[in-house]
Amino acid sequence: MLIHLPILQVIVPLMAAPLCLLLTRPRLVWLFTLIVSGLAFLISCLLLQQVMTSGTIIYELSGWEAPWGIEYRIDQLNAFLLLIISAVSTVVLIAADTSIKKEIPADKHTFFYILYLLSLAGMLGIVATGDAFNVFVFLEISSLSAYALIALGKDRRALWAAYQYLIMGTIGATFILIGIGLMYQMTGTLNMHDLSMRLPEVEHTRTVFTAFAFIIVGICLKLALFPLHLWLPNAYAYAPSIVTAFFAATATKVAIYLLIRFTFSVFGLSFSFTAVPLQVLFLVLGLLGIFAASMAAIYQKNIKHLFAYSSIAQIGYMIVGYSVSTTTGLMATLLHLFNHALMKSALFLALAAVMYRIGSVQLSQFQGLGRQMPLTMAAIVIGGLSLIGVPLTVGFVSKWYLILATLENGWWPVAVLILLGSLLAVVYVWRIVEVAYFKPPLASSESIEEAPLSFLIPIWILVLANIYFGIDTRLSVQVTQSAAQSLFGVGL
Amino acid sequence: MLMGLYNDWVVVVLMMVGFYIVIAHGNLIKKIVGLSIFQTSVFIFYISMAKVEGGTAPILAEGISQYSNPLPHVLILTAIVVGIATTALALALAVRIKEAYGSIEEEEIQKQDNLDC
Repeated sequence: MLIHLPILQVIVPLMAAPLCLLLTRPRLVWLFTLIVSGLAFLISCLLLQQVMTSGTIIYELSGWEAPWGIEYRIDQLNAFLLLIISAVSTVVLIAADTSIKKEIPADKHTFFYILYLLSLAGMLGIVATGDAFNVFVFLEISSLSAYALIALGKDRRALWAAYQYLIMGTIGATFILIGIGLMYQMTGTLNMHDLSMRLPEVEHTRTVFTAFAFIIVGICLKLALFPLHLWLPNAYAYAPSIVTAFFAATATKVAIYLLIRFTFSVFGLSFSFTAVPLQVLFLVLGLLGIFAASMAAIYQKNIKHLFAYSSIAQIGYMIVGYSVSTTTGLMATLLHLFNHALMKSALFLALAAVMYRIGSVQLSQFQGLGRQMPLTMAAIVIGGLSLIGVPLTVGFVSKWYLILATLENGWWPVAVLILLGSLLAVVYVWRIVEVAYFKPPLASSESIEEAPLSFLIPIWILVLANIYFGIDTRLSVQVTQSAAQSLFGVGL
Repeated sequence: MLMGLYNDWVVVVLMMVGFYIVIAHGNLIKKIVGLSIFQTSVFIFYISMAKVEGGTAPILAEGISQYSNPLPHVLILTAIVVGIATTALALALAVRIKEAYGSIEEEEIQKQDNLDC
């Protein structure tokens, strides 16, 4: 059983999805989905523990040897991401049953959970697999279910957002497909480990260069790197709240994983950073993303829009850490990946609770909520502080390593810009605090009560995790450090 | 040069035609058609990549020693299925958008959205 963990990680949610159709009562489906997601979380914990003690796990699907068959290869990086995705998915699901009652028509609840599980399976698959074409297949499984999930939003703009995401996402995925095809043409293999062995022989050819360009642009579309981020704000703002909480914490992270995997493991460090001026390009785009998106966030009236723009800014921080291309820089990226998942899932879940009580997330509706929904608003404040990077929250840890990494390289202007970017976060978080705490409640919302426990429990699990991992950094730092070191070591 | 790379030229032309339609057209259905053409060009790219000159289908038979590479063909079957699913989902969304907005023109939808804000 233990040897089969890598495949079980993906196959359990994938198989569970159609089984949902057999369950008749929506509540039962919810419970089943929660258990499946919890199982995935358990498996990812075991995998991480196994990887940390005994190194990379190689799993050959149905016993076919690697270059011919598909293999799953779990190292520290994969295991870490599997853990993030399955943990967030499970915690978010606790609130799903209550939240979707008000946002999705009752006859669509079963389909919601099916799509949710498919999306989860797709993301876990992208991360677990060691086969380039398999990445494309899982990418499309998770994306197609994501488009449908977003279109479930009750606002008609959700449809338009889903359509735009579909067009952009499909172009991105097709670009990745072209890149994989070109690589296959040159090397005759699809296995990532095998590719990393064979690519150096042909790396001076224009074909490999083109493949690299297609893959990088395709992935950047998926990870919403500025200026390819246009699909993200509306998709996140109009999707059902639970979907937003899940995707904001996981979808773009998976794309960042792909970026790291393809540049570091498949193409190799020396090729990736010399073939194109990737370092400068990503540094500039990352910083531009931080400022443009933070400025845009300040002027939003819809709080879901506000945090969606803030997500784009946070992706900017991860890309800056990546562009430093040292062990510390990569560590900062991975730490921020983990921390941002914690912050954004907490914030968007709190917004889901507000949506449940008020039916809107417009800033003007937040008046006086500080007194009416004290626990929910306190969660938003702590999540906001974490976004800014205040000490004792996780946000501080990753910003600390990011600044350390830039200073190590002597890039002090970049460090200054990062700090300035954090100040912009202060502005947009303060706007919410000001309205929620210093304005009297609206006459129409006097009877608003605190969110039900089914929201408060998952929100506060995430908020406490925000604080816990901000103080006790042993686990996250140890895992990211060994992941970053192994990526800078010898290939996969 | 031109004839030797005939398939590649077709791939590039189709790819650009499809991509241009996606970017330049405001009609949602035309965008979907463009996207399909774009994806189809990639299918042709994979299929022609696997063709070995003088090779036949990979079926063991007497007197045949050269076969085309079946792997990209199989891969692209998967990609075709994905492409169909994408097109179907996009069309379904277009239907829903038509119901909600009464239009499938990008400009018109954007105009109505701006009014909502």
